Amino acid sequence: MGMPVSLALRGRHATGPHADAAWERALAELRRVDAVFSTYRTGSWVSRLGRGEVGPDECPPEVREVLARGEAARVASGGAFDVRRPGPDGTVVLDPSGVVKGWAVERALHAFDALDGTDVCLSAGGDLACRTRAEGSPGWRIGVEDPHDPTRVLAVVPVRDGAVATSGLAHRGAHIVDPRTGAVPTSLASVTVVGPDLTWADIDATTAFVLGDDALTWLAGRPGEVGVVVRADGTASTFGDAAGRG
Amino acid sequence: MKRIVLWSLSTLTVLVLLLSYHTSTSSRVPLGSESSVVAQAGTAGAGSGSSGSDGDSSGSSDSGSSGSSDSGSGSGSGSSGSGSDSSSKTVDGDTVQTQWGPVQVSVTVAGGKVTDVTVLQQPNGNGRDQQINSYALPILRQEALSAQSANIDMVSGATVTSQGYVSSLQSALDKAGI
Repeated sequence: MGMPVSLALRGRHATGPHADAAWERALAELRRVDAVFSTYRTGSWVSRLGRGEVGPDECPPEVREVLARGEAARVASGGAFDVRRPGPDGTVVLDPSGVVKGWAVERALHAFDALDGTDVCLSAGGDLACRTRAEGSPGWRIGVEDPHDPTRVLAVVPVRDGAVATSGLAHRGAHIVDPRTGAVPTSLASVTVVGPDLTWADIDATTAFVLGDDALTWLAGRPGEVGVVVRADGTASTFGDAAGRG
Repeated sequence: MKRIVLWSLSTLTVLVLLLSYHTSTSSRVPLGSESSVVAQAGTAGAGSGSSGSDGDSSGSSDSGSSGSSDSGSGSGSGSSGSGSDSSSKTVDGDTVQTQWGPVQVSVTVAGGKVTDVTVLQQPNGNGRDQQINSYALPILRQEALSAQSANIDMVSGATVTSQGYVSSLQSALDKAGI
């Protein structure tokens, strides 16, 4: 299962050779990350690590960085987020994909650092990171998909510099399981987290989705993040510092 | 410029779906300069801000950083207005000086309710203040809107996989070159 990557540029280098070159660099970075981290490619470092053929110390440093992030996320979530989860046959499966997507987009976004005076918004599979650099720019306006009707948005969030990640089961085949039990969470339809960094926004959205009814309470303790929780019955609540933790 | 590829975390295929150029610097509707409704940063948080009149209502000096966010909060909780945007009005608020620098928001009012808030200007501080200023609280819609009427650039959602992309809102936005 792949995912679409969308890029929007505005401002001085919205088009032209600099933009083209940056786009190519971003794609090259994403391909490189895929080669290292894909759990579907038996020869990837992560696949070999999962089978015990290599140890973490033999892997590229990025693998250890991602595993460290995953471990930090496991601790911060009380185990609701874990790069290791029960597999169908009872064995433990190593799948750092929940860390990698946001982390990879943040890395790929650096490809556009050289584009002065240019706003950039890079999205992979519905998770995105934004930068605003153009003179007088209004920033980006990000829609939050209605999980019950993906042709519509149920919220809008203005983002200048930051990230937006949404986790949910809105699409058949997109699996999120509770790593503690292997069960599929059902009380929420989607969780959207807006924060300074896409890696954490993505992790926290997934964590909150797994936590279900406890999501809003847990999210209220995450500094600097705001967002939207949509319940299975369609009701929605915002959260974050700005909401007075309401 | 808007570009899309299909990136796979799980297969070898990197498929170029669509390549489109977009030269517009902004797809936002220009904001009127006349301000019959003035929203100070922070005051929009009071909810229905349509009663705001011209001038410098006491700019809540609490914080610029939470000011813009509070505005989002107000409209978030107060967006119970009619879902119709047809009679909405968008105006720029005054620039408010805060201890971190100038803050300016623009507010859309429909049916006596604040339905949308955009941060036009914010302090260029460092660290946490800047982070908080870098995004506002999401604004819940009473009635889910189409991408076009919501005037958005990108969509965050759980359905945007390779299978779901074709029918997704992001796909429509990409094709529109927005």
